[in-house]
Parts: sequence; structure tokens; C-alpha cells
Amino acid sequence: MKIDHTQPLEYSTQQNQLNILGFWIFLGAEIMLFATLFTAYFIMENRTGNGPTGPEIFEISPVLFETFILLTSSFTIGLAVHAMRIGHKKAMLAFLGITLALGVAFLSAEINEFIHYYHVGATYQTSGFTAALLTTLGTHGAHVTLGFFWGLCILIQVAKDGINPRTANKSFIFSLYWHFLDVVWIFIFSFIYLKGMM
Amino acid sequence: MEFFERFAVPNPNPAIYASMVAIVVVSLAIIFGLTYFKKWGYLWREWLTTVDHKKIGMMYLISAILMLFRGGVDALMLRAQLAVPDNKLLDPQHYNEVFSTHGIIMIIFMAMPFIFAFMNLVVPLQIGARDVAFPRLNAISFWLFAAGAMLFNISFVIGGSPDAGWTSYFPLAGTEFSESVGTNYYMIAIQISGIGSLMTGINMITTILKMRAPGMTLMKMPMFTWASFMACVIIIFAFPVLTIALLMGTTDRLFATNFFTSTNGGMDMLWANFFWVWGHPEVYILILPAFGIYSEVISTFSGRNLYGYKSMVGSMVIISLLSFLVWTHHFFTMGQGALTNSIFSISTMAIAVPTGVKIFNWLLTMWKGKIRFTVPMLYSIGFIPLFTVGGVTGVMLAMSAADYQYHNTMFLVAHFHNTIIPGVVFAMLAGLTYYWPKMFGFMLNERIGKWGFWFLSIGFVLAFFPMYITGLNGQARRMYTYSEATGFGTLNFVAFIGAGLMAISFCIIVFNIIYSFKNSPRNVGEDPWNARTLEWATHNPVPEYNFARTPHVASSEAFWDAKKRGHELFKGEIEEIHMPNNSGVPFIMGVIFFIAGFSFVFALWVPAVVALIGIFACMVLRSFEKDDGRHISVEEIKATESTYGGAHS
Repeated sequence: MKIDHTQPLEYSTQQNQLNILGFWIFLGAEIMLFATLFTAYFIMENRTGNGPTGPEIFEISPVLFETFILLTSSFTIGLAVHAMRIGHKKAMLAFLGITLALGVAFLSAEINEFIHYYHVGATYQTSGFTAALLTTLGTHGAHVTLGFFWGLCILIQVAKDGINPRTANKSFIFSLYWHFLDVVWIFIFSFIYLKGMM
Repeated sequence: MEFFERFAVPNPNPAIYASMVAIVVVSLAIIFGLTYFKKWGYLWREWLTTVDHKKIGMMYLISAILMLFRGGVDALMLRAQLAVPDNKLLDPQHYNEVFSTHGIIMIIFMAMPFIFAFMNLVVPLQIGARDVAFPRLNAISFWLFAAGAMLFNISFVIGGSPDAGWTSYFPLAGTEFSESVGTNYYMIAIQISGIGSLMTGINMITTILKMRAPGMTLMKMPMFTWASFMACVIIIFAFPVLTIALLMGTTDRLFATNFFTSTNGGMDMLWANFFWVWGHPEVYILILPAFGIYSEVISTFSGRNLYGYKSMVGSMVIISLLSFLVWTHHFFTMGQGALTNSIFSISTMAIAVPTGVKIFNWLLTMWKGKIRFTVPMLYSIGFIPLFTVGGVTGVMLAMSAADYQYHNTMFLVAHFHNTIIPGVVFAMLAGLTYYWPKMFGFMLNERIGKWGFWFLSIGFVLAFFPMYITGLNGQARRMYTYSEATGFGTLNFVAFIGAGLMAISFCIIVFNIIYSFKNSPRNVGEDPWNARTLEWATHNPVPEYNFARTPHVASSEAFWDAKKRGHELFKGEIEEIHMPNNSGVPFIMGVIFFIAGFSFVFALWVPAVVALIGIFACMVLRSFEKDDGRHISVEEIKATESTYGGAHS
């Protein structure tokens, strides 16, 4: 494995560069995936059948909490990558750990939100609107869940093997994924919750 | 329905029982044969665990040919049912299932693996790479395709096939009207193989962007590589839409959500829109690589470089963009208003322009060329007039006002077969014959190949041209029978004969493979066709590492320049080569995906959850694995090169 020391660690082998480009293309596909979900949501937004409408079920405080947590986690994963770049393993592990903990906090808030929806009679089967809402939120939530376990695997590897071209590459790609989830959340926050509450 | 009822044989009749017996007998014969000849180890080491792009390509090819026969038998059943008026061969439900599976099998499980076969076999060789960017992912893509295909194929013996057409329009495809598990198979089998397709798209784009030989700029890439690249770009944008549509369709059927229902805010047109936002670009995913193969074949057998290289690339880019702006032409008659119809009418017709540019470029490549009428060239020459007819009828259909006459008639069926068969199937058969020596080191028999071509072409014209007439006269598609008084009988019988001739032609092609395997001379050399592009600069069949030394490229026809102008392709010494290791994980993941898919189809939640955990376990395993592959030493490469005749040693 040839290592090019003029490049940052995560780009330092040819396979690493391929991995990163491949992942960017994958994110392109993910953008299409969420764009499709948003399209479905916008079409279903007012098709509430006999069920409740958006303004009736949305609550601002849990959503603000979720947004705050997720945005913070995007910042901490950025710090983790910075720590990785300067070769500070302990700091990197700490920030990675904080990111994942924030991910769990986000998920538990979201699960609470879903339970709330269930209690106010907005279940998956209620209407076209609730199906689209819960599928969009659920797909994002599933991505965060997957990201949590993925990040956990990487955390263990960095702890065991230290920062090397392999783990640096994985961590960097994971950070791209995590930022992407944040970007999607910003769209969810703006175009589902805020728009729905206005 | 009761638990066990769901697993029942859907259409209990002698033909279904016979195919069930055939499936069991063939499976037993394969198991027995592998055990008797002690080939399990060979199968596992060389094929099931392979990450070599060439072997994966061959497996795609074999799957595509098998599926061609499965879809072909469906087609014969359809034509036989319609051959005479008031026929009682198939009952209406069975007919619905047969035309639905015919469409899916041919598009998703025949044409897609066919183009992936050639992408895998040819693209890394054309750009002078050692493998694709992500060899392991490539194997996963294949096994996901295989899992989806197998899942779809067992539907006609366990539980029932999809019966709502290949487009599976809701609410017809909802649980209310489509009661069997057939549509569950549809949603989940396509989902699984679709994930594989998406990953192939990512893999190929990365490969093409990052792994080209030194000197090969984007505008020096051979045309098939360009075509594959554009097709993969379309895949990236189109397949996620399908993923979501299928997800929603699945939850509608399994969890009673209301996406596409007609009550509680559901919207059936949403399915139709999503389906065609994927579905229309899909036809260009299929046709662009086919165009790529024609470009290679026509320039090789005309002895000339491809006319209008830049306009060829440009037209593909325009086709890719336009492919996303036409989906609404599928609902001209569904009441969306004159303005929408006009816009999509124009954007649809506009695709004929870049396609026409390509046709002219092929004709001008042949002009003043020294044409050799080999089998691949015959398919390419046959393609041009036949495909043009299909294109012109496409423009007819694109006129929204006139579409009220053609809509859902046999005219439409004739049109899309007229583009897909000469466009894609002819190209794949041309590519099969053309690249056969590259894969296996011997040529297919030309004489038998020509018989195959003529049977296919004549059969095609007889099978589909009558449908234009019956369609204009009002024969609806998807109707399982018609009365004597309509007067459709004679033309439908002609179409039945044509279908028979096409079936014979596919048998001839398979016979050709067997015959040539036994009788063709080996050691055909590295360049049996006097070809022009880089893939012919290495041995036939290709060694594991493709090129002993990385080629240096100066034009889009590097190999031709090397032969005629003394351009030096291979410079420097042989160095050791890095190769990926084989892995059983992709195959195992395919198996688990199959189990998960089957459990979802029948709503068996416990095995479904277990299988999903298995999939995640495979991913975690991969994450912790440290596999940097292996190196082939210089001595080993030199030894291999000399056994191949030492052309470049």
C-alpha cells in the first residue's frame, strides 16, 4: 500500500481517494432519495383524510431540542476530524464519543415525538399525510441509527489501532455522512415543521 | 388469507406443475453433478467468492441469458394466447401474471444484467484499469441482483406472481384488487436488485473518473466507456426515486399505509409519477450502453474511426438530461391539462434529435468504410433501420393529441418493443459475439451466428409490425382475448409465428455457444477482429490482472494507433501488481437478502428480523476486517505472460 505523505491522512492512498469520491457519489444518490421523500411529503401535506393536520400535531419545543442537538453533533464531528488531522487520538475519540451520544439523545427525542404522534391519533395508517410524514422522519431517523452503529465501529477501531490511513479514511467518510444527515434535518426542520406550524 | 393459503400454487395447471418438477429436477441435477465431479470447491473459490470484474461480468451474462429464456417463455405464452380469437389457453388472471412478469423480467432481470455484464467486462479493460474501484462492492451488487432475480422467479410457483402490469399502477396493485402476494414479490425483489444497480452505478462512475490509464483524458475515452458513464449517472439520479416508490408501495401493502390508496388522503397518481421518473430514464440506462456497443462494433468493422466523436458524447449528455424531462408523457390521457401535455410532448420529441445525430454518425462511420459483414456488424446494421422505425413511432406517440388514439393499444406495445429489441437486445447479442473471444479465448461460429441473426430479425418484423396495425385498429394491450368479429385474428397469428421464429433464433444462439465451445480453434490471438480500442491490447482470455504493464494512451483508439502508427502502449518494466482478495461475504449477503426478501413477501416477521440482523452483522464484520489484498510478484506475472504466448513480455 503506497502512502502519499503530501496528502492528508484520509486521502493518502489511492484506495482512500476512491473511497471518498465513491462516497460523495453515494451522497448524490442520497440527495435524490430524500428529495423524493420531500416531494411525496409536499404532495401529501394537505391530504389528511380523517386524520389530524400538521399544525394540530407539531410541537415546537421537542423539535427545537432535536435541531439543537443534531447541529451540535455536526460541530463535534468536525472537531473530531480536526483532532484526527493534528494526530490527537484522545481528543478525537472524545469528540467522536460526544457526537454519538448526541446522536442517541436525538434519537430518543424523536422516539418520544413518535409516541406523542401515536397518542394524538397520527399513526402510520391514519392518512396519506401521516404516512408521508412518518416515512420521511423515519428514513432520516433510520439513517441516524445506522450512523450511530457505524460510528461505534469506527470509534472502537480508532481506539484499538490509532489514527492511520485506514481509520482516518473511515472517520472522514463517516463525518461526511453525519454532516449530510444534518443538512437533511435542516430541510426537515424548515420545510416540514416550520412550514407546518405557520 | 389463511397462513398456509398464501403459499399455495397460484395457477394450478399442468404447465405450472411441470415447471415445478423441472425446477426440482434441474436443482437436484446441479447438486448431484457438483458433488459427483467434486466441483463444489472450484465453484466456491473461482466463482461464488470472486471479486474479479471479468468473472462477475460473466455471471451477469449467464443470468441475463437465463432470464431471456424465462421472459421469452412468458412472451410465447402471451402470443399463443392471442394467436386466435376467443382462445382459452390461459385464464385472465394467469394472463395478467404472465404479461406482468414478462415486462419485469425483461427490463430488470434481463436487460439490466446484460448491460452490467458488458460494463463489468469491458469498461476496466477499455480504460486500462486493473479492476473496478470497489471490487468487493461489485460482488455485492451482483449477488443482490441474483437474490432479487431468484426471489422474483419463484413467485410463479409459491404464492403468485405480480398481476398489475410491469408498471404496477395503484390502486390496482393495492391489496384491495391484487390479493395474492404477487405484488409483494414485485416490490421487494426489485428493491433488492435495485440497491445492487445503484451500487454498480457508484462503482462504475468512480472507476471511470479515477482509474483511467495515463494519457486518457475524458475526451479520449472509448465510446462504450462514455456510454456506460452516462448510463451510471442516470442510475444515480433515477434509482433512489424507485427505492422510495417501492418502499411506499411495500408499506401500503404490508402495513396498510395510505400513500397510493384512494381513501384517507392517498394518491394513486403519486405512484405513477414516481414510477415513471425512474422508469423513463431507465430506458436510457439501457439504451446508452447499447449505443456504446454499436459505436465500437461499427467503427471496428468499417475499418474507420468513429465519425463525430464529440457530437456522440454531446448527444449522450443531452439524452441523459432530457430523459428526466419526459416522464409525464406516460399520462397524456389522464387529464393533466393541455399546457402540461404540450410541454412534455415537446421535450419527448426533442430526444429524437440527439438520437438522430447518433444514427447519422454511425451511417457516416460506415460511409467509405470497408465494411466486414460479421455477426456483430450484421446486428448493428440491422439495428439502424429497425430502431429508426421504433423512433419514428415514438415521435408519433409523443404527440399528445394523437396519443388519445394510440394510448394503451398494441401500437404502443409494438413501439417500445421496436426500440428495446433492436436497440438493446440486438446490441447485447452483437456485444456477446464481439467480446466472446475476449472472455473465453475462442470465437463463436460465424455461419451459425448469421442464421441466428436472420431468424431474429425476420421473426422480430413478423412479431411486432402487425401490432402497429391492430393497435391503430383498436386492439387494446393487456386484454387476454378478443372476438372473431374484430378481425384481429390473422395479424395476431402472424405475430405468433414471428414470436416462434424469435424463439428459434435464441435457441440457435445457445446452440452456437455449445457448438463453438466444442469445435472452435483456441489461441485466436489477442486481436481476432482487428479492433481499435484498448481492451484488445491484452490477451484472450484476459489474465487476472488485465494488463501486465499499465498502458499509456494518446487517443481514443489507442490500440489502433499502436498497431498502425507505432505508438508505444506499454512502456517500462513489469512491476508487482496489487489485487484484491476473494471474499465469501458478498455471496452470503446475497443469500441473507434473499431470505429477508422472502420473509417480507409473506410477512414472516421473525425470520425477517433475524435476516436483517444478519445483514448488519456482515457489515460490521466488513468494517472490522483488515484486508489489504495481495500482490502478484513480477516472476509470477512473467510466467503468466509467457504461457499466454508472451505478446508483451
